[in-house]
Amino acid sequence: MNPRSISTSLGLLIVGGVLAIALGADLLAPHDPFAQDLSQRMIPPRWMDGGTPDHLFGTDQLGRDYLSRLIFGARISLLIGTLTVVTSGLIGTTLGVVGGYFGGRTDDAVMFAITCRPAIPLILVALTVVALIGSSLTVVVLTLGLLLWERFAVVARTTTMQIRNLDYVAAARAAGASTAHILIREILPNILTHLIVVATLEMALAILLEAALSFLGLGVPPPLPSWGLMIAEGKDYMFFSPWVIMVPGIALFILVFGINLLGDGMRDLLGVSARR
Amino acid sequence: MIEVKNVFRHFESRSGLFSERRVVRAVDGLSFSLESGDVLGIVGESGCGKSTLGRLILGLMPPSAGEVLIEGQSLITLDRRERARLIQPVFQDPFSSLNPRQRVREIVGLPLAAQGALSAAKQRDAVMDMLARVGLSDAMADRFPAQLSGGQRQRVAIARALVLRPRIVVCDEPTSALDVSVQAQILNLLADLRKDLGLTYIFISHNLAVVEHVATEVAVMYLGRFVEHGPAAPLFATPRHPYTRALLASVLTPEPGVPIPDVGLGESYPDPSNVPAGCRFHPRCPMAIDRCRSDTPPTEPRDGRVTECFLAA
Amino acid sequence: MRPVLEITNLNVGFPDGTAAVRGVSLQVMPGETHCVVGESGCGKSVTALSVMNLLPRGARRSADVMRFHDHDLTRMADRHIARLRGDKMAMIFQEPMTSLNPAYTIGSQMAEVLERHRHVSRAKGLDRAAELLGKVGITAPGMRLGQYPHQLSGGLRQRVMIAMALMCDPELLIADEPTTALDVTVQAQILRLLKSLQQQLGLALLLITHDLGVVARMAQRVSVMYAGQVVESADAKALFAAPAHPYTRGLLDCVPIPGKTAPGEPLGSIPGVVPRIGEGYVGCAFRDRCAYAAPACKGEIPRNRLSPDHETICTRSGA
Repeated sequence: MNPRSISTSLGLLIVGGVLAIALGADLLAPHDPFAQDLSQRMIPPRWMDGGTPDHLFGTDQLGRDYLSRLIFGARISLLIGTLTVVTSGLIGTTLGVVGGYFGGRTDDAVMFAITCRPAIPLILVALTVVALIGSSLTVVVLTLGLLLWERFAVVARTTTMQIRNLDYVAAARAAGASTAHILIREILPNILTHLIVVATLEMALAILLEAALSFLGLGVPPPLPSWGLMIAEGKDYMFFSPWVIMVPGIALFILVFGINLLGDGMRDLLGVSARR
Repeated sequence: MIEVKNVFRHFESRSGLFSERRVVRAVDGLSFSLESGDVLGIVGESGCGKSTLGRLILGLMPPSAGEVLIEGQSLITLDRRERARLIQPVFQDPFSSLNPRQRVREIVGLPLAAQGALSAAKQRDAVMDMLARVGLSDAMADRFPAQLSGGQRQRVAIARALVLRPRIVVCDEPTSALDVSVQAQILNLLADLRKDLGLTYIFISHNLAVVEHVATEVAVMYLGRFVEHGPAAPLFATPRHPYTRALLASVLTPEPGVPIPDVGLGESYPDPSNVPAGCRFHPRCPMAIDRCRSDTPPTEPRDGRVTECFLAA
Repeated sequence: MRPVLEITNLNVGFPDGTAAVRGVSLQVMPGETHCVVGESGCGKSVTALSVMNLLPRGARRSADVMRFHDHDLTRMADRHIARLRGDKMAMIFQEPMTSLNPAYTIGSQMAEVLERHRHVSRAKGLDRAAELLGKVGITAPGMRLGQYPHQLSGGLRQRVMIAMALMCDPELLIADEPTTALDVTVQAQILRLLKSLQQQLGLALLLITHDLGVVARMAQRVSVMYAGQVVESADAKALFAAPAHPYTRGLLDCVPIPGKTAPGEPLGSIPGVVPRIGEGYVGCAFRDRCAYAAPACKGEIPRNRLSPDHETICTRSGA
């Protein structure tokens, strides 16, 4: 087994593991993640002095079981990652394919949008939206989803421009196929592999951004157990109880690392098969 | 059947942000007509505009000026379904002309599906019937293009072109990407299908030997125009245009001991963004006279053949 | 006279188990053009690349004899073969655009060859380059030296490649489909050039092609390859006058010849496809497509010598 396939397998293992944990959170979590018990506040993890077998990763400042919150937090992270990527993927792919296929004025407009997007500051937009309508999971997903589409658009546009000139697209046009058929059946399946690679990168980014927004109080509202929120809530205690930020921090690192490994592996795999 | 009336197709290209615009004259005022059942062979070297002409006739690209009529109807007035029933393409490279993500049955069934008139069962039968006609077994219907050989892929492309029973097929270098033995199979298949289905072919190729074999009528294309155009047999027997003669001389037949011909065309190369005045062939022509540099050569036919050359008369 | 290049029993295998070249033997004499002809995948390019030691990574090569003059190529270290490459044995490829570096001028790329192998100054290298560009029929060579590859047409680029191959006075020139990417009129010009240079300089030319027309006009000797083997090898005149192997005959029947084949009549063709050849394949690889196939074709195939100059591998001895 070469190093490449080892790292891809590791990525697959991490992402698959986190996915399984998120899906089975109800079964796996030893406690209710929302149940507060002020008599059990700030218990350190089991392997540290003062730890108890009942709380593997200890408890937080409200006495909630940290492991259970971490497990349910995986759900939030993956949910936000997936929904964001679906939203931004739909927007970016549509713009990119349309611009790349039709060219001309349409493409100029798409290119303009792609150039403008990074000039919009994400944090400021999030701040404004939260100030106007309050924070919720939907707000986070929509803010990230509506702002993170440009990489999808760039990749979809360039790959579409390459495929547009291939003879099978010309043959489909000559066969009397509609434009919708050509875009959806002839072009989209052939750019999908490239988009999947972008999706993994964007997902990792979305998960990190959610953590950052939650840390700033612009993300999912408490008491939802988001990893970023856990770090934010723990920051006042980090000097005496460092685990409260280390546990969710390490979880975040592992998940994002795993997604990136998987994305790299997929790029190699799909790149080789595309070369025939 | 097909009437091409004074068709132009120019492309604008700009090499840099501030450099001047160049106009590529890919097709430069072509007129011709073709009778039902004929095979028009269009020969020319790369950059002569033959593939652009093919795309104009297929309606894949609008002409800059002029019009293409098929059975008396102007191509641009036709709806995409009507056009598909009249004319279909077969392209050069069977690797890029088949969608790698679709099975053979989907690829061949596409023109039928686009018409939307047949039931799924009838469409399936039509696809299978067509696959059998091009010499592919039923088992091939569920394969992907990557699982087929070059010759088999070209058969799939032919099946797709013929499944609607069009009147005209535009074959753009259909055998250039294939091995010699496979080329012969495909040429024979195309000839058989033409007889069986009463097709008219426009056969674009750079290979004169192949065109001589299949065509009933030949057009020699140079920088966007037919410099010589007429019935195949007399044109090959007595080529009148110096370019036609050079092309014919360059065909290397497998006869040992025969020397390699000196085509006498020099090293200058035709550039469609810089078409010479007068006769467009004069910079390469070994017999050019002063008049060729300034005057436009004649375009009137003589015994059924147009030869755009002053010296051919 | 000793051959410039001598190969006996060359075998090349790829990591996926395909046997790309199986027992190929051939000789190229000084001043001779030897054509290797066959269809895609027959192993003709792999044969050429094994001589130049340019096989893709993972390929396994073995040969009883592979000798260029006095150099035993089977034993030489890679870097020693690399020193011969572009010097005494040179190669030109099908696509001149990908063989030239787009970032450097023609002149600097040509002069560099001489600097690398002969350690001469840039100025001398450029002089030599200009002289050779003139020799390959390029007018105004001084101007061309300062141009970049993309400023030249396909035919000119191939002339440049030929001139570049001649920089160090090679004794062996290997040309892999040198005219396939070119227009027919340009093809004729390039082939004329190759032939006249070869006669002038006494080059040994190993010409790889799929085009029987090119073979007929260029070759003194021909090796016909099919599925990794040389199925027939002969003097060019003898081969075209009396092709012995059914594959050679089939191939000749496939080609339309103006004035010979009747327009509209069906061409001869070879049914079926080339089988996948793995290691240890026994029997004639052409048997499934051959009209004369017999039970004996599944066994060892004898090598028949029809005349001192004409050999074929076929069970129909003296066919």
